[in-house]
Amino acid sequence: MLAKRIIPCLDIKDGQTVKGINFVNIKSVGDPVELGAMYAEQGADELVFLDITATHEGRKTFVELVKRIAREINIPFTVGGGISEIKDAEALLSAGADKVSINSSAVRNPKLIDDLALNFGTQFVVVAIDAKNYDGHWTVTVNGGRIPTDKELFSWAKEAEDRGAGEILFTSMDHDGTKAGFANDELARMADMLKIPIIASGGAGNMDHFVDVFTTGKADAGLAASIFHYKEIGIPDLKSYLNQKGIPIRL
Amino acid sequence: MNLVIIKYNAGNIESVNNALQRLGISAEITGDHEKIKAADKVIFPGVGEASTTMAYLKKEGLDKLIPSLSQPVLGICLGLQLMCSHSEEGDTPCLGIFEEKVKRFQPEPGMEFVTKVPHMGWNTITNLNSALFDESLNEQFVYFVHSYYATVGEHTAAVGNYINPFSAALHKDNFYATQFHPEKSGPVGAKILENFIKL
Repeated sequence: MLAKRIIPCLDIKDGQTVKGINFVNIKSVGDPVELGAMYAEQGADELVFLDITATHEGRKTFVELVKRIAREINIPFTVGGGISEIKDAEALLSAGADKVSINSSAVRNPKLIDDLALNFGTQFVVVAIDAKNYDGHWTVTVNGGRIPTDKELFSWAKEAEDRGAGEILFTSMDHDGTKAGFANDELARMADMLKIPIIASGGAGNMDHFVDVFTTGKADAGLAASIFHYKEIGIPDLKSYLNQKGIPIRL
Repeated sequence: MNLVIIKYNAGNIESVNNALQRLGISAEITGDHEKIKAADKVIFPGVGEASTTMAYLKKEGLDKLIPSLSQPVLGICLGLQLMCSHSEEGDTPCLGIFEEKVKRFQPEPGMEFVTKVPHMGWNTITNLNSALFDESLNEQFVYFVHSYYATVGEHTAAVGNYINPFSAALHKDNFYATQFHPEKSGPVGAKILENFIKL
C-alpha cells in the first residue's frame, strides 16, 4: 500500500537551516546537509529545502548547496525559493534536486507551471500555496504570507493542477506556527477537488495532528519543521505511532 | 570495476551516480558505444517521456547497442519501460528485451481522488525473484514515481501493487530493471544497487 509521507521542511537562509514562527523571528537550527541526512536516516520519506528569503530579497537559489545535498541524501528531495524561470529550475535539477517547488513566481506568472511541466514532467513540479482566511475567504498570499493576492485558494489549486502541477504543497498561514493542528477542513476540501497529491503544511504540534491530517484532512503527506528541528517529535516515534493508528506508513 | 551509466536525454542521471559514489563506486556517464560495450556493468536510468527518449536512442544507435549487451545491465524507471516491447506512452515500440508491455495506470472509476496518477511515493515490493533481491527485502518500501507500468509477466522479478499489480522489477538473462528508484530508496535501495554491483 502506498505510504503516507512524513516530510521535514528545512528553511534555508544564507546556507543555514532556520525556522521562523509565522515567518518572522528567524533562529538558526543548523547545517542543512547534516540535518537532512539525519532526518533521512531517521525515516523521513522526503525532504523539502526552501530558500525562504529568495523571493523577498530577489536572491537566486542555492545550486551549490543542492549539489551537496544530492551527494549525501538517499531519499527524494524538493527545492524551492527564487525559481522564476525555466533556467532556474534546470540548474537545480541538474544539481540533483528531484522536484522544484514554486510559489510566488507561479502566482505572478501561472504559465511557469505549464512550462516547467512541459520541460521536466509534472512529477518535477510542486506548486506551493500559502493562504490565509480573510473573513471566510481563503486568499492566496505571497512573499512569505506578507502580501494577499487576488487569487482564491481552491480555484488557484485547481488551476495549478490543470496547468501541470504534480503536487500541491498547501500552507495555511492561519495555522503555521500555532502547533494547534493542520487546516484539515480546507485540506479535505482540496483533496476532494484534485487528482494530484497534497502535502499539508502548517500547524503540526503533536502526533495526533498527523493522524488527523491523514484521516480527516485526507492529505498524502504531512510537512513540518520546528517540531522536528527542536526535537519535540522524533520521526521514528511519529511513524510508529501512525502505524499503530492504522495509517499506512513506511517503517 | 568498470561501471558505465548510459548518457542520454533523460533527467536525473546524476542521482544514480551519487548513489553509486555513496557505495564507493565511481561510474562513468557516457553515450560512447565502445565504452559501454567494454564496461563490466551498465546502468540505464531515466526519467522522461517514452517516445522522445526512444527517438533519441535510435538517433544515437543505442536502440541496437543496449539489447546486444552481454554484461549485467540495470534499467531504472523509464529505463525499465524502454526495455519492454511497447509503451502506451506515445504509442512507442521499445527495445523488446522484455516481452512485457507498458500501460498507463487507470484510476478506478469513482476513485479518481484516491487512486491518484502518477503513483508517487513509497510502496512495497513482493514476490521477489531475482539476484537483485534477497529475502530481507520482501515487503520493504521503495520509492516510485511513474504514471506508466509494465504488466506482470514471465520476466517479473518483483511485484508492486497500485490500482493493479504491476512489475516493480524485471529480469531476463543479463538484463535487470526496476520501476522504482533504488538511488532514492534509502538503505533498501542501496542494498539493491549493491546486489547489482556484486553480480
